[in-house]
Amino acid sequence: MIRVENISNNWGEFSLRNISLDIKENEYFIILGPTGAGKTLLLEIIAGLHFPKEGKVLINNNDVTFVNPEKRGFGFVYQDFALFPHLNVKKNIEYGLKLRKVPEEEREKKISELIDLLKINHLLERDTTTLSGGEKQKVALARALAINPKIILMDEPFSALDENTKSKLITDMKELHKSGGITFVHVTHSQEEAILLADRIGIMMNGTIVQVGTPDDIFYKPMTKEIARFVKIENIWEGKVTDKKDEDLFIDVNGKQVVALSDHFKVGDGVRLIIRPEDILIGKGSTSARNEFKGKVISIVKHGFYYIVRADCGFQVEAAVTKQSIENLGIKEGKDINIFFKATAIQVIKR
Amino acid sequence: MLSEIRRNPLLILFFILGMVIVGYIVAALSHMLYSQLVLNPGDFIAVIKDPVVLGSIWLTLYTSFISTVIAVILGIPLAYILARYEFYGKDIIEAIVDIPIIIPHTVAGIALFSLLMKRGAVGTAFSKLGIVFQDNMWGIVMAMFFVSCPFFVGTAREGFKSVNPNLERVARTLGASQWESFYQIALPLTFRHIFSGAIMSWARGISEFGAIIIIAYYPMIASTLILARFNTNGLQGSQPIAVLLILVCFVTFVVLRVISKRGGRK
Repeated sequence: MIRVENISNNWGEFSLRNISLDIKENEYFIILGPTGAGKTLLLEIIAGLHFPKEGKVLINNNDVTFVNPEKRGFGFVYQDFALFPHLNVKKNIEYGLKLRKVPEEEREKKISELIDLLKINHLLERDTTTLSGGEKQKVALARALAINPKIILMDEPFSALDENTKSKLITDMKELHKSGGITFVHVTHSQEEAILLADRIGIMMNGTIVQVGTPDDIFYKPMTKEIARFVKIENIWEGKVTDKKDEDLFIDVNGKQVVALSDHFKVGDGVRLIIRPEDILIGKGSTSARNEFKGKVISIVKHGFYYIVRADCGFQVEAAVTKQSIENLGIKEGKDINIFFKATAIQVIKR
Repeated sequence: MLSEIRRNPLLILFFILGMVIVGYIVAALSHMLYSQLVLNPGDFIAVIKDPVVLGSIWLTLYTSFISTVIAVILGIPLAYILARYEFYGKDIIEAIVDIPIIIPHTVAGIALFSLLMKRGAVGTAFSKLGIVFQDNMWGIVMAMFFVSCPFFVGTAREGFKSVNPNLERVARTLGASQWESFYQIALPLTFRHIFSGAIMSWARGISEFGAIIIIAYYPMIASTLILARFNTNGLQGSQPIAVLLILVCFVTFVVLRVISKRGGRK
C-alpha cells in the first residue's frame, strides 16, 4: 500500500540514505531505531510534510512524492500530541471535518462516534491545556481518525506517557487496529512497543533501514552485529566454520565447537553467532540441546523480573534466568555450571 | 519574597542597586509632572487649548500609527520566515533588520534624507506618483517606520518561535493548505506577540525625533515643537507640551496593555 523507493535526503542534522520500504494494507508497521536515526524525517516524508531530494513515495502505485500533505488524507499523531491550544477538545477533533466543509449534523455524528470509541465523552468541552498526557493522546488520535484516514502515521506516540497509561493505550491501539481498515506506521525507539504492536518491524539506524521483518525475525534473527546489540543481545561470538554436514554447521569459537544450522556458509568461512540470552539454558543434567558446555559463573545481575547470568565457557555467555532457577540450581559467582543451547536457536551471519 | 530577602544579603544589595534605576526614571518624570501640574497649572491649561500643540500631538500619534500598520503588514511575513526556516544568509538578514536600533538617529535621518529627498534615488520616483517625503507627513512616516520596524519584527519573530511547528504540520495533514494553517493556527497563537510588538513599534515611532527633523522639520511633530518652543521660550514654553505628550502616551499605552491582556487570554 505504501511504497518508499530509494529515499535520500539531507535535512539539517539528519540525513536519510537509500530507504526502501513496502508496507502492506492494514498492516501495523513499526519503524524501530535509536534516537537520531532519522525516523521522524522519514515519517514526515511519507506524510508529505517534507519532500525528499531523491526517491519516490507511492500509495497504491500512485506516485505522491510531491503531493501536498493536505491532499493525502493521512492521520498524523506526534509525540507532543500537537493539540491546537486555542481550540477546545471538540474543535480540535472537528478541525479536519470543518476544512472539508462537512455539514454540522454529520460532524456531530462523527464526533460522537469517535468519543464513544476512545471513551473521551467527558472531555469534549475541555480546554486542551488541562488534559493529562493520556487524554491528550486520545484527543490527538480522535482528531486524526475524524478524517477517515486509510493510513495513520504516529511519531513516538507513547513516549511522553507514564508506564500505566502507556500499556492501556497500547491495548486500545491493538483493538483499533483489529477493527480494520487502517494501515498504521508507528515510529518508536521502544522495543516493548514494537513487540506488542508490530505485524512487521523495520529497523532504522544511521539514516537507513537495515532490516525488515516480523518481530521474531528481528529479535531472534538480527542480520548484523549492530542490530543484535540494539535488540539487547550480548551473545555475539566470532568463529570459523570447520566442518559441514547437510545443514549442520560446525563452528570453532575460541577452541570450542558449536553446532548451528545454516546452508549459506562453507568450510573456512568466518562467521558470527548470535543467540538471545533467553535461549541459553543453565542446568544440571543433560538435555536435547546439541550444544553443551561447562562454564564458570562470572556475574549475576538483576534485570527486572529475571537475572542475567554471565559465564565463561571458553567464550562469554549471557543467560536470562528466573529467580527460582537461581535458587534451585544454587547459581553463585565462581560456581561451575552446565550451559545448553539449541543449534536451531543460533543465528549465523557473515563476519 | 519578603522573608527570603531578610535571609539573603546579596538580594538586598541587588534590590538597592535595582531601585536606583527605577528611582531615576520615576524622579525625572514625577518632578516634571509635579512642577507643571501642581505648581504651574495655568500654562498647562493654555497648552491644552492651543490648536498648534494639539495638532502636532495628533500628527505624531497618527503618523506613528501608519508606520506601525506598514510594519505589521510587511513585518509578519518576515518574522514568520525568520522564526520557521534556517537558510544561508539568515544571520545577515537578522543583523540588517537590527541595524536601525544601533545606528544614531541623526545618521538614520541623513541616510533616509539622501534616499527620499526630492532629488534622491527613491524620492524622484515617488514624486512622480505625487508622494513627497521631504518636509511632508510621509517623510515622518518613513523615518518612524525605519527606526521602529526592528521592534515589531523582533517581537513577532519570538511569537512565531513560541508556536510549536508541529501544530501547523498536523493542520496540514488534516487538510489545511499552507495559507489556512498559517492564519488558522500560527497567526491566532501569535496574536499577543503581534499586538505587543505593534504597541512597541508605535511607541518607538512616537519617541523618534533625530531622524525626523532631518527629513521633515515641517510639519512639526510634538518633539520638534517642544524643541522649537524650548529654543525660543525655554522651559516655560516647552514643558507644558512635554507633560501633555507624556500624559497622552501614558493613558494610551495603559489602555492598549489592558486590551492586549484581555484579548490574549483566550
